[in-house]
Formats: sequence, C-alpha cells, structure tokens
Amino acid sequence: MISVNGISKSFGGNEAVKKISFDVLPGESLILLGTSGCGKTTTLKMINRLIAPDSGQININGKNIAGEKPEILRRSIGYVLQNNGLFPHYTVAENIAIVPKLLGWDNKKTILRTQEILEKLHLSEQYLSMFPNALSGGQQQRVGLARALVTDPSILLMDEPFGALDNVTRTSIRKEFKALEELKRKTMVMVTHDIHEAFELADRICLMDKGKIIQIGTPKELLFKPVNKFAKDFLAGEKLSLAFKVVSLDDLWDFLPSSETRTPNAMPSTESVWDTMEKLQMQNSIEVKNQSGSYKNIEFDKLTAAFSLYQKRNRHE
Amino acid sequence: MNENQQSLWQFMAEQSDKLFNQTLQHLGLTFISLFFAVLVGLPLGILIARKRKLSGSVLAFAGVLQTIPSIALLGFMIPLLGIGAKPAIVALLIYALLPIIRNTYTGIVGIDANVREAAKAMGMSAKQILFKVELPLAMPVILAGIRTATVINVGVATLASYIAAGGLGEFIFGGISLNNTNMILAGAIPAAVLAILLDALLALLQNLNIKKLKRVLIILPIVILILGGFYLLPKAYGSSLTAGFTPEFMGRQDGDLGLKSVYGLKIHTIVISDAVMYKAAFEKELDVISGYSTDGRLKAFDLIILKDDKGIFPPYYAAPIVRTSSLKKFPELEKTLNLLEGKINDSIMTDLNYKTDQLHQSPERVAKEFLESQKLYKSALNGKGETVRIGSKIFGEQYILAEMYKMLIQGNTNYQVATKTGLGGTKICFDALVNDQIDFYPEYTGTGLLVLLQPDADFARKIAHDKDETYNYVKDEFIKKFGIKWLTPIGFNNSYALMMRRKQSKELGVYSITDLKQYLDNNK
Ligand SMILES: Nc1ncnc2c1ncn2[C@@H]1O[C@H](COP(=O)(O)OP(=O)(O)OP(=O)(O)O)[C@@H](O)[C@H]1O
Ligand SMILES: [Mg+2]
Repeated sequence: MISVNGISKSFGGNEAVKKISFDVLPGESLILLGTSGCGKTTTLKMINRLIAPDSGQININGKNIAGEKPEILRRSIGYVLQNNGLFPHYTVAENIAIVPKLLGWDNKKTILRTQEILEKLHLSEQYLSMFPNALSGGQQQRVGLARALVTDPSILLMDEPFGALDNVTRTSIRKEFKALEELKRKTMVMVTHDIHEAFELADRICLMDKGKIIQIGTPKELLFKPVNKFAKDFLAGEKLSLAFKVVSLDDLWDFLPSSETRTPNAMPSTESVWDTMEKLQMQNSIEVKNQSGSYKNIEFDKLTAAFSLYQKRNRHE
Repeated sequence: MNENQQSLWQFMAEQSDKLFNQTLQHLGLTFISLFFAVLVGLPLGILIARKRKLSGSVLAFAGVLQTIPSIALLGFMIPLLGIGAKPAIVALLIYALLPIIRNTYTGIVGIDANVREAAKAMGMSAKQILFKVELPLAMPVILAGIRTATVINVGVATLASYIAAGGLGEFIFGGISLNNTNMILAGAIPAAVLAILLDALLALLQNLNIKKLKRVLIILPIVILILGGFYLLPKAYGSSLTAGFTPEFMGRQDGDLGLKSVYGLKIHTIVISDAVMYKAAFEKELDVISGYSTDGRLKAFDLIILKDDKGIFPPYYAAPIVRTSSLKKFPELEKTLNLLEGKINDSIMTDLNYKTDQLHQSPERVAKEFLESQKLYKSALNGKGETVRIGSKIFGEQYILAEMYKMLIQGNTNYQVATKTGLGGTKICFDALVNDQIDFYPEYTGTGLLVLLQPDADFARKIAHDKDETYNYVKDEFIKKFGIKWLTPIGFNNSYALMMRRKQSKELGVYSITDLKQYLDNNK
C-alpha cells in the first residue's frame, strides 16, 4: 500500500534521513522506533509531503505521490501530530470538522460522524462546544485522534500520539487504542521512541538510527534475532518484559499442563504471556484453547515455569 | 479675573458648530488614514512574516519613518501632494504604519508552529491557512497594533491643521497663538477624550472572545469607512481664489474677522500653519495668504503685500521692553539699546530676515554685518560687570535683534550678556520677563495691545489705527500694570498683511484688499 524507495533528506549539511526504503502492507501497522533525532518525524512527514525528499520516491497504492496535489493528498491521509496541534480558536467540534469541511461534506453527515467517532473514543459530547485549552492533555490527544479519524481515511500517520501524556494515562489510552475496531483495518505508520509502545502496537517495527534503518521485522524478530549490536543493545534493558509481551501462549503450548475440563469460551492461545499474567492477578487459574482444539489450564507459577523452559530452549537453538 | 472672560463652556457652546465640524474632521482624518494604513500595513506584515529575511529592513524602514518629526513630514509633503487632506492623510498613514506592520508580523510569527503544521497536514491551502488560522490567531495582536495606531493618529491629526487639513488642531494652535486658553482647551479636551474613548473601545474589541470578534471584524471596516467618510463630506467652495490663513489670524479682530466685517471680504479660506504657508502660495496651492510684512520669505517667494487701504491691521512696531528694575540695575542699558532707534525700516528687516531664513546665514553674522554697515559695531570689551539676560521669541527676526543687542551691550558697556533665545511664543517670553527670568526682549506694539493687554474690542479698534496712540497706550499701561518699560521703536512695522504672488497680482490687477474684494465679487 505504502512503498518507500530510497528516500533521503538533508537540512543544510545535516543528513536527517539516508536512503530509506520500506513497504507497509494494507491494514498493517508499522512503527518507526529510534532515539531522538534519528529522523523518524522527517520520514513520516515525507509520506504526506509536509517535507519533500531530496531524492527517492514514495508510492501510495502504486501511484507516485510527487505527482499529486499536496492538499488533496493530505486530505486523504489521517495525521496525528507530535503535540496534537489542535486549533486553539476552534471548538472541539470545529476542530474535528476541519477535514470534512475541506472535503465538502454536508453538516448533517459531519455531525453524525462526529458523534460516532466521539463515542468510540470515549469522549463525552459535552466537550464539543469547548475550546481545546479547557481540556486535559489526554482529552486533547483523543480529539486530535478524532480529527484524524473522522473522515475514515485508509491511511493513518501518527507522530508520538501519546508522547505528551503521563505514564498511567498513556498506558490506558494505548490499551483503548489497541482495542479500537476503527483502527484494525487501517494502514498505519506510527512514530515512537517508547520501546514498550512499539512492541504492544506494532505488526512490524522499523528500528532507525542516525537516519538509517537498522532492522525491520516483527517484534519477535527484533527481540530474538537482532541483526547487530545496536539492535541488541537498544532492547537490552527491557528484554524480559518485552519477551513477556511478544511470546504468546501458543509458543509455550508444549510446556503447559493440559486441562481436565473443556469450557467452550476458554481464552484463545494467541494471548501474550504479559496479558495472561495480568489476568492471573485476578483469578487463580485460566482455561485456554488453541486453534487445533486442545485445552490447557494455567496458573501463575505454571506459566512462569513454562516461560523459563521456553527461554532455555531458545537460547540453545 | 476679567468679568468679560468667557468660561470654557460658554466658548464651546458658542463655537459648537465649529467644534462639531472639527471633531468630525478629526475623526475622519484619523480613520481614513487608519483605513489606508491597515490596507498597506496588513499585507506588508503578512509578507514579511512569510519572507522573514525582509522583516528586518521593512520594520527598520517603517521605524525610521515614524521618527520623522511630524511638522517636518507635513512640510515634505507639500511639494509632493500640495496642502489639505491628501498630504495629511499620507502623513498620518505613515505614522500608523509601523505598529500595524509590526503587530501583524509578530502576531503571525508568534503562532504555535504545531498549529500551522496541523493546518497544513489536514490539507489546507496556503490561502486557507492564512485566513482560517494565521489571521484569526494573530488578530488580538493585530488589533493591539491598530489600537496603538489609532491613538497615535488622534494625536498627530491635531497637527493636520498646519497644512490646511482641518481637525481639532485648528482650535489648539489658534488658541496657542492667541493666548486663548479656552480655545486651546476646546480643541485639546475633545482630542484627549477621542483618544481615550477610541482606546477603550478597541481594548474591548481586543478582549472579545473569538466568536464575537468574527462578527465585529466584519463590521469594523464599514465603521472605519463611515467615520472616514465624515472627512470627505463635500465642502462648498464659494470663490475663485483660495486664501490660507494661520489659526491665529483666523481668530483675530485684526485678522480674518476684520477682513469680513470691514472689507466684507468673502473668500474660500483654509487654515494653515505659518511654516508652510508662504511655500504653498509660491506653489500656487494658495492665492492669498496672511503673512508678516517683514518676513524674509516675502522676498524669497516673490510675494507682494496688498495695501490695507481701510487700515484694519494695527501697527506692530518693534521695540525692546525692559523691566524697570533691570534699568536701575544696569544704568547704561537704556542708552545702549536705543542705539538701534530708527535704524531698521521694513525693507531692511525683510532683507535681514531673507538672509537668515533663505540664505541660511547665521543671525550672528547678519547682525554683525548690519551693525558694521551702520558703524555701530564695536568689538567686545569683555567686561566683568553683572549679566544682562536677553530673551527672544522663536522666530528669525527676534534672533537677529537679540544678537544685535548682545553685540551692542558687549561693545559699549562692561556688562556680561546671556541670551535666552527661542522662548516659544509671546506668552512664554512675556511670562519670563514678568517673572524676572530675563531682563528684556523685543516686542511689538500690536502684540502688546491686543494679546497682552486685551482692552475691550471697541477701544482697541479705535486706537489701533494710529501708531503713536498705540505706542503711548501700551507704554503707559505696561509701566502701570507690569513695571515694564517700552524703549523707543526700532523703526520697522512687522504687521499682518495679505500677500499674493507678484505675477498673479499684476495679472488680476489686484494691489489692495479693496481690489481683492472687487475681483472676488466680479468672479463668483
Ligand atoms: N526543519 C528542519 N530544519 C533543520 N533540521 C531539521 C529540521 N527538521 C529536522 N531536522 C533535523 O533532522 C534530524 C532528524 O529530525 P527528526 O525530527 O526527524 O527526528 P525524530 O527522530 O523525529 O526525533 P524526536 O524523537 O526527537 O522527535 C535532527 O537532527 C533534526 O535536528
Ligand atoms: Mg519527532
């Protein structure tokens, strides 16, 4: 869907992005991860032509975007800014209606769609007539997201959408975000420098350093098959908690004790170890079912034991 | 307190027509120029916000324009745009420009870069970003600039009366020249009230919330144009020639009032400052002006004096006026000052003035050369006696006289001399004398009679015809009232006079004020 071919960009003498190429498949979410200043934002902005590349080409649905009118292109792509960028002189409703207006929607359609998207983002309608500065940071972030989503664009670009929030709010918004039906179909490119955020939300991660791509792959590939020392060191401090996030019950299946009972609505085995552990804080045991129809019964200590066996085996491979 | 003295309210009530007109003109001038200043300044501000490299030079240029003294700026305008509304509006526009450009620029530049980027990322075009994001967000700052410009304009517009553009300055400057406090206040108070009111109104606007502001901003240009329109109301011009009179002349019995009552002169008249009047006559912007008979510019611009055949202009013979206490303190002073007695007639004075005003020779040189030619010059004795303080008003002739007196005192006595030249107008100079800040200065008999003594009008008219009667009257009254002595007159009569271009006077066959009236009556 989005195909980036060898794009470069320098500012003055400073090469911010050096010959980067990657593809984003339809419905996939790709996360650009890297330290501050490595060129993530620059890369993202080249996709909707906020920045023009010095060389290289970007195609969307097979069409070179350099040939399109920038305003038209941008109206078809949702964009969430690093610092939300809401218009302070527009009410929440007006902020959300910016792109619909540019696209010439009639008022009724805009209002209906605004209500719909607010509900999905858990924003009360009472905010509609307020100005952004009367809202909390988390609420502003949601409005920014609503503004990008209201026209249901098939592509969504997000630059650290949760960057300005405190950790607690950030984690909870991220959860809601992940669960949003609205987003599951979208092709997304998102920028973050938060490793956990990347691992939780990404289909694939694009790890960058100093304007170059170090590695592109699934979270699991990044964690277990780092291509070089940089990639390895980048995740070093967080390895265990990341492993809990990328390893699923399927991966541990052989090491888990089987179940006596067979409950039809047992938990699916695609769940991550991390999420399962969180559920085991509330109940003693959980019944799990995999795709081939076998059942397991999990308790906290059994789960950690299975995980360490899995790790041991991987290390030996 | 004089019983005849009017209260301010009486004056304002009596002149309410004029006051109302001047206020409208003032508003009109302020707002027309403001309208054009916004028309020019706003796009310029937007331009330099886009092309930041230009901002330094544009803002510096507008800043320099604003530091030009207003009178000088108005003076520059005359050769380019003549007199009247046009140059006044342009001058005001120039003063209003800086705050508008600067605030538009800072307002736009100050907008959060994120917001501008968001607008772009949503797919807004450059024009949409300007009108929907940048201008609305910069509006409070821009309005603050317009507010500053408005207040500046209300102030500077008072000076518009210098170049015949009307406004409350007519009362203010007329009042200053005539030493008429009521008249000054009748102009100054409404001007101050206008400034305060407009400032408060615009402050209200600035603090409105965005929704209401939008509505007001649509109405605002219309209001500005309507207010500006006051100024453009057609004026009925009733004569073929145009006269330019100073505000002082306009208000005096021995000026415009006398021309009307004694000669029955009806001429289209505009009010203009002395500083630009002669030039305007030369440039054919004006046909008749009210000048002074010894002014050097008479010679420079080849103007001639129309004969005052019915004698309405009282004599203005110059003579030093001295504190009697100073005469006691400096026994040789009177004799020394009287050395000039009868030495300078009208044409000599005009010539001396011409040398300083037009040839830009220093008053000192002109004074010395004249004294030498009269064999009166003696080199300074450098005496160590007490110091005589000489005053002078703020125009050329007075400087020359002060220099002559200085040289005479230094050459003939042991006294030391201090000059305090440039003491503003009559009132300031005279107050300095009364309060023992100076010992003497040259004054004119007509001024002594009509400005300083102000006897009742009938009496003044009666004696003002005769030069000796006037001199004797002021001499007696000054001793009685102020303890100040008039020495003998120097010789020249610097009275009011109507003037025309020499060529035009010949063409029309107009040589006296009666001729002028007849010409006007025949050529309606
Ligand atoms: N408009 C610009 N002008 C000059 N240099 C720029 C500009 N934008 C970015 N850069 C430089 O390019 C490099 C990459 O910047 P970029 O904003 O893409 O980094 P980033 O990965 O998004 O960093 P962060 O996580 O801090 O947002 C940086 O060195 C930055 O200084
Ligand atoms: Mg960034």
